[in-house]
Amino acid sequence: MRNIPLHRRKEVRLGFRYVLACLLVLVFVFPVYWLFIISFKTPDEIFAFPPVWYPKSIQFSNYFVLFKDGDAQTVLNSLILATTSTFFAMILGTIAAYSLVRFKTGGENLAVWIISQRMMPPVAIVFPVFLLYVFFGWVDTFFGLILLYTAFNLPYVIWMMRGYIEDIPLELEESALVDGCSRWEVLWKVVMPMARSGLFATAVFTFVFAWNEFLFALVLTRTEVTTYTVQVTHYFGGQSNFWAKIAAMSVLGTIPVFFAVATMQRYLVRGISMGAVKG
Amino acid sequence: MSDLKITGLHKYYGAFHAVKGIDLEVPSGEFTVLVGPSGCGKSTLLRTIAGLEEASDGVIEIGNKDVTWARPRDRDIAMVFQNYALYPYMNVFENIAFGLRARKIAPAEINSRVKRAADMLGIGALLQRLPRELSGGQRQRVAIGRAIVRDARLFLFDEPLSNLDAQLRDDMRVEIKRLHQELKRTMIYVTHDQIEAMTLADRIVLLRDGRIEQLGAPLDLFERPAGLFVAGFLGSPKMNFLPATLAGSSAVLSDGTKLVLPRKHGGKNGQAIILGIRPQHIALSGKKPMLGHAQLKVTTELVQPTGSRVHVTFPLGGKTVVADFEFHAVSKPGEKISIDIDMTRAIIFDPQSETVI
Repeated sequence: MRNIPLHRRKEVRLGFRYVLACLLVLVFVFPVYWLFIISFKTPDEIFAFPPVWYPKSIQFSNYFVLFKDGDAQTVLNSLILATTSTFFAMILGTIAAYSLVRFKTGGENLAVWIISQRMMPPVAIVFPVFLLYVFFGWVDTFFGLILLYTAFNLPYVIWMMRGYIEDIPLELEESALVDGCSRWEVLWKVVMPMARSGLFATAVFTFVFAWNEFLFALVLTRTEVTTYTVQVTHYFGGQSNFWAKIAAMSVLGTIPVFFAVATMQRYLVRGISMGAVKG
Repeated sequence: MSDLKITGLHKYYGAFHAVKGIDLEVPSGEFTVLVGPSGCGKSTLLRTIAGLEEASDGVIEIGNKDVTWARPRDRDIAMVFQNYALYPYMNVFENIAFGLRARKIAPAEINSRVKRAADMLGIGALLQRLPRELSGGQRQRVAIGRAIVRDARLFLFDEPLSNLDAQLRDDMRVEIKRLHQELKRTMIYVTHDQIEAMTLADRIVLLRDGRIEQLGAPLDLFERPAGLFVAGFLGSPKMNFLPATLAGSSAVLSDGTKLVLPRKHGGKNGQAIILGIRPQHIALSGKKPMLGHAQLKVTTELVQPTGSRVHVTFPLGGKTVVADFEFHAVSKPGEKISIDIDMTRAIIFDPQSETVI
């Protein structure tokens, strides 16, 4: 680049960066595109060689079948389970985290003990949980899974919110206490707005955890509250796999997460970086 | 009538005894300053009055009502914090109105009270701004606005100016003093800055190690300190302390310099003492020494002009002594000068008990 003038050199460098960025985007987006496009293909097109890069005619039939058979209902089930359990985990977790930070409830050890619960491999407890649920009659109920997801996500919520709440200057809360707020009002009017970014970021992750959960949904559900992750596996047959259905179901399953992340993106970026840098 | 009465107040943090039995009564409308070096318990005392810390023992009464165990919001107090404590997601208006809203005051009333407070502090034009769009001084005004809008019985200030730069600190000090004169409310103000304490206070409470060392009007403490600590804490530059021995009506410094003590004192002949002389009580000597003044010749070591005054350092009695002269008085170090010490205002301390003899 010795013979290129300085202002040109900058442009060339920028050009390289764009090319690199485009390549990376391609690598990451292509599988999503492929999944999406399969869901609109006919069975012949799916297995055609050379591959069909885009379908000749868009086939909605793959989706129609899902709705006709009631399989699409499983996406709604997942949505109910994930949002409800996220809601409860966020409420309980934030209150618990506030208590840990401000009142040093249980000392330092309790917080570590709580997060250690998250490290337990789910498969290690799935059998005892199953027996317990059979005993209480909670198998294949919304209540059972919401309870489990809430309990499973609580440690994560508490751990994350603890960090965000610790970053809130104590004086803000004290000032509110003097100005006439009760502890609950302080939590609602000061802590929640101050930790808003962290709250949203944590909620998105909690939602995604519950949304993607597979093991417990497989073991603890039968027909009533089947989640979409379990439903997808039904299409992997012994003889053949229903690729079109798998693709269509996966697209349906991606949409809510896509919207959750897209709408919360602003808070997500702020929330994640907020925990990283103090100040 | 007193707005605040504290009786036998103690505060422990585990084994650490932060406040060691404070008795204090603050009359209505008085500006009281709690001052002392860091770790003396002044902020703890203020926070205990506010109810942000629980008293370990003792009674706190605000407006003749025992509030020792009351929640902060039930104490009829307003407080200004060191770091402003403004809510970053609310604009200035909402920040000032926060306490009124929490107390469910009618919106029309909130409006007029916020406007009045903002005008009083000269931030009427900033009501729609967010705290991050304000300068440090403006933020502190908003914080003060949030307190005065409350119309509380007791106003507490926890080192409100220590985050501001020197120029702004001077301006805000004037502002707070003016505010007190206008509102005529009882204010309790914590600072470690003795100049703030001297200029603002109707009465200073000087704390040390969790106890009240001395309390009284600023000039009383300055002119008649109870002991070495108070004498050394108040005044800038610091009071000079010279070890000496009493010989009749004179004090003999370690280098043999004899200084006549014109005032009566309770010391005995031959007793070791510490002689306290304020830098302001040393002047360049005129022709004849006045009655009760001592005249000495010294060689200057250090000359520090401050603008209006000049601080000159010289050795005397084995110690380095600072004098506060008129500007232009001395130009360079190493100069031989003749000084005049006002011995009528010198203070004699007992080195053991550190009290005035």
